[in-house]
Amino acid sequence: MSKARQLADLGNVYDDGALSNRSRIINGAMVIDQRNAGASVDTTNTSSTAYTLDRWGYRVLAASKFTIQQNAGSVTPPVGFSSYLGCTSSSTYSVGSGDVFNIWQIVEGYNIADLAFGTASAQSITLSFWVRSSLTGTFSGAFRNGDGTRSYVFTYTINSANVWEYKTVTIAGDQSGTWATDNTAGLFIQFSLGVGSTYAAPSAGFWQSGNYFGLTSATSVVGTNGATFYLTGVQLEVGDTATPFEHRSYGQELALCQRYYTKLGGDALADIYGAAYITGSGFILDTLTLPVKMRAAPTGTKVGTWSVLNVSQPGISYVSTTTFVLYAAGTAIGQGTFFNPALTGYLTFDAEL
Amino acid sequence: MDKMEITSAQYFALAGTNTSIRATIDGQEVCVPLDPANRHYAEIMRQVEAGTLVIQAAE
Repeated sequence: MSKARQLADLGNVYDDGALSNRSRIINGAMVIDQRNAGASVDTTNTSSTAYTLDRWGYRVLAASKFTIQQNAGSVTPPVGFSSYLGCTSSSTYSVGSGDVFNIWQIVEGYNIADLAFGTASAQSITLSFWVRSSLTGTFSGAFRNGDGTRSYVFTYTINSANVWEYKTVTIAGDQSGTWATDNTAGLFIQFSLGVGSTYAAPSAGFWQSGNYFGLTSATSVVGTNGATFYLTGVQLEVGDTATPFEHRSYGQELALCQRYYTKLGGDALADIYGAAYITGSGFILDTLTLPVKMRAAPTGTKVGTWSVLNVSQPGISYVSTTTFVLYAAGTAIGQGTFFNPALTGYLTFDAEL
Repeated sequence: MDKMEITSAQYFALAGTNTSIRATIDGQEVCVPLDPANRHYAEIMRQVEAGTLVIQAAE
């Protein structure tokens, strides 16, 4: 890209109102993976939205048709990136009418409020990303509102197999529909790996009523055993210009992710302790602070068998957007203590959308 | 499309006040806050309203 072009784009970005913090996507460079630390995940259909790399969810209606892994296949990422989200097809699956195979990010309503979707002042948006697949052809994806009543299906072409390609999609903002501007689901950005007719749009390239994930005519990644679909550098910004990817520091990106999911512990050193003197039927209550105020009060999970003395295994008894309480019942009179074992003992807090 | 599997749910109380729900969701024991913006709580209440789940009282 020439300097003149870069300066012109910069001018457009200024007109659109942001020289920094442009992207509404979190973890667009796929560097944060608190849940799995780079391990492969088989996709299941047991939950409403399941998450792999931070902020990146998937929805499938048939289990075990593909896996998701940070840096799957260990290919060299595009220049300027160190990580990517990798999907690998597990079989040769013929997509049924009611099937959906999708990866997405749900942007919180607060982070799209300025787009003025649902009004006459709706702003154009531009999605840009790096994609690499073992397959070529036309692929599809979609933008969608939180309650699934408005959709914009888009297409893009992968020209060469197993080569990173840079794509941009610019669309007009939706002047209709209901768009959340609070801490609920604002905007879905979806990449389809295969979709059946029930959730496929009749055609692409415009806003329409309905809950659509892609096009049936698009390339089906799950239809070819071992097919790959890799993604990174995903950026969504206001306006009609795709600017260079805005890298954040690791700490910034992690903190943004922790608004939706936080893992405490599981590191090389134990770091969560509780203690109290147990008398009779006493117990330990340990109130701790979360590193980031979360989107909503999170669901807490205690993982692993913790080290205990004179108390039961601790459990999470209360959670808010900022704090949580660990509780352990006394089992014998004396000094009561609990702590998480290194690596295998930790807590997770899920406030995802 | 949602298939969140909730096999048990019981209120947990501190000082006589319900503070959370201890539930088994997709095979995992979790502590769910009483927050409508939490997707697990929202699903629990949806299933309660549908008559497919009962939240047991706190012990």
